[in-house]
Amino acid sequence: MKSLFYEFKKGITFDNPTFGLVLGLCPTLAVSTSVVNAIGMGVAATFVLLGSNIFISSLRKFFPKEIRIPCFIIVIATFVTIVELVMKAYFPALSRALGIFIPLIVVNCIIMARAEAFASKNSILPSIFDALGMGIGFTLALVIISAIRELLGTGAILGISLFKSYDPILMMILPPGALLTLGLLIAFTRILKSKKQRI
Amino acid sequence: MSAQQVLMIIISMVFINNFILSKFLGLCPFLGVSRQTKAAMSMSAAVVFVMTFSAIITWCVYNYLLIPYKMEYLRTICFILVIAAFVQVIEMFFRKTSPVIYRALGIYLPLITTNCAVLGVTVLNVNDFFIKGSPVSASLFYSTLQAFFAGIGFSLALLLMSGIRERLDLVDVPEAMKGIPIAFVIASLMSLAFMGFAGFQIK
Repeated sequence: MKSLFYEFKKGITFDNPTFGLVLGLCPTLAVSTSVVNAIGMGVAATFVLLGSNIFISSLRKFFPKEIRIPCFIIVIATFVTIVELVMKAYFPALSRALGIFIPLIVVNCIIMARAEAFASKNSILPSIFDALGMGIGFTLALVIISAIRELLGTGAILGISLFKSYDPILMMILPPGALLTLGLLIAFTRILKSKKQRI
Repeated sequence: MSAQQVLMIIISMVFINNFILSKFLGLCPFLGVSRQTKAAMSMSAAVVFVMTFSAIITWCVYNYLLIPYKMEYLRTICFILVIAAFVQVIEMFFRKTSPVIYRALGIYLPLITTNCAVLGVTVLNVNDFFIKGSPVSASLFYSTLQAFFAGIGFSLALLLMSGIRERLDLVDVPEAMKGIPIAFVIASLMSLAFMGFAGFQIK
C-alpha cells in the first residue's frame, strides 16, 4: 500500500513531469494562457495517460520488444482520438481554444515516457497510480503557470477580475510570457530542492 | 495559386508564426540539441527533410484513403503511424546507401518521430488547406510549401539559439538558472523579438 502511495506521490512532487523532468513542454506553454484551458488540457492528458498506462501494462507481455514503440503509439493515438471526438461533441468551445494541441497529445513526451519507463515494466495497479500521479502533477503545473500568466496578463483568474484598476502586462499572455514564466518557475523549484538537501 | 499567397505562407511560417517561438511546437529538440551549432545543423536538416516529405505523404493518405472511405476521424492515428514508418524507412535507406549522411543525421532521426512539430505541420495542413474536408486547388503545393518553410523557421530559431548558448558557456550564470531555465529566458527574449514581425502584411 505504501509503495502505491509512493507511485502516486512522486508525480506530484519531486518527479513532477513539468518542473522536475521537464517533459511535455509544448502543450504546457501553448495552452497556459488561461486557467480554464489549462484544466481542460490537464484532464485530457490525464485521461489519455490513464488509458494508455492501463492498456499497456495489461498487454505488456504481448508486445514484441522490437516494435513496442509503434505499438505504444497506436494505443496512445486511440485514446487521443477518443478525447478529440468527445471534446468536439460536448465541449466545442474548449475544443476550439485548445485546437491543434489535442491531436498533439499523441506526441506528448510525458505519456510516451511513462509507457516506456513505467507501464511496460509494472503491473496494472501501480501503473494506474503512476498515471494518476503524473496526470495530476501535470495538471497542477499547468494550473500554476496559467494562473500566473492570466493574473499578470489580464488581471483576472478564471475570468473573474481581482483588481479594480489594473494595467495588464500584455506580454504575459503572449508567447514570450510563457517561456519566461516556465524558466523562472524551474529555477525556483531548483532553489527549493537545493535548500531541502542542505537541511 | 498566386504569388502573393505563396509569399505570405513563406513569411508567416518563417517569421510570424515561427513554430518554436510563437506556436510552441518542437520545444524538446529546441532545448535538447541547441548546445552546439554542429548538432543543431544536423537536426535542422533532418527536420526540414522529414517535415517536407511527411507533408506530401500525409496529403496523399488523407486525400486518397481517408476522405473516400469517410474515415477522417482516424487522422491522428494515421498521420503519426505514417510519420513513424517514414522515419524508420529513411533511417534504413541512409544506413545502406550513404554512411556520410547517416553519420550526420542518424541519431537525430528517431527523435523526430516524437517531435510535435512534424505531426503539427501535417495537422495544420489539413486544417488550413482542406475546406470542409476536401482540398482546395493546389493544396498539395501549399501543404508542401508550408511544411518546408515551417522547417526553415524551426532551423532558424534552433541555429540562433545554439549560437547564443555556445557563448553562454563562458558566462557566469547563477547556480539555479544554469542549463534549462536560462535557455527558457533567452527563448523568451527571442520570442519577444520575433513578435515584431506580427502584423507584417503583404497588400
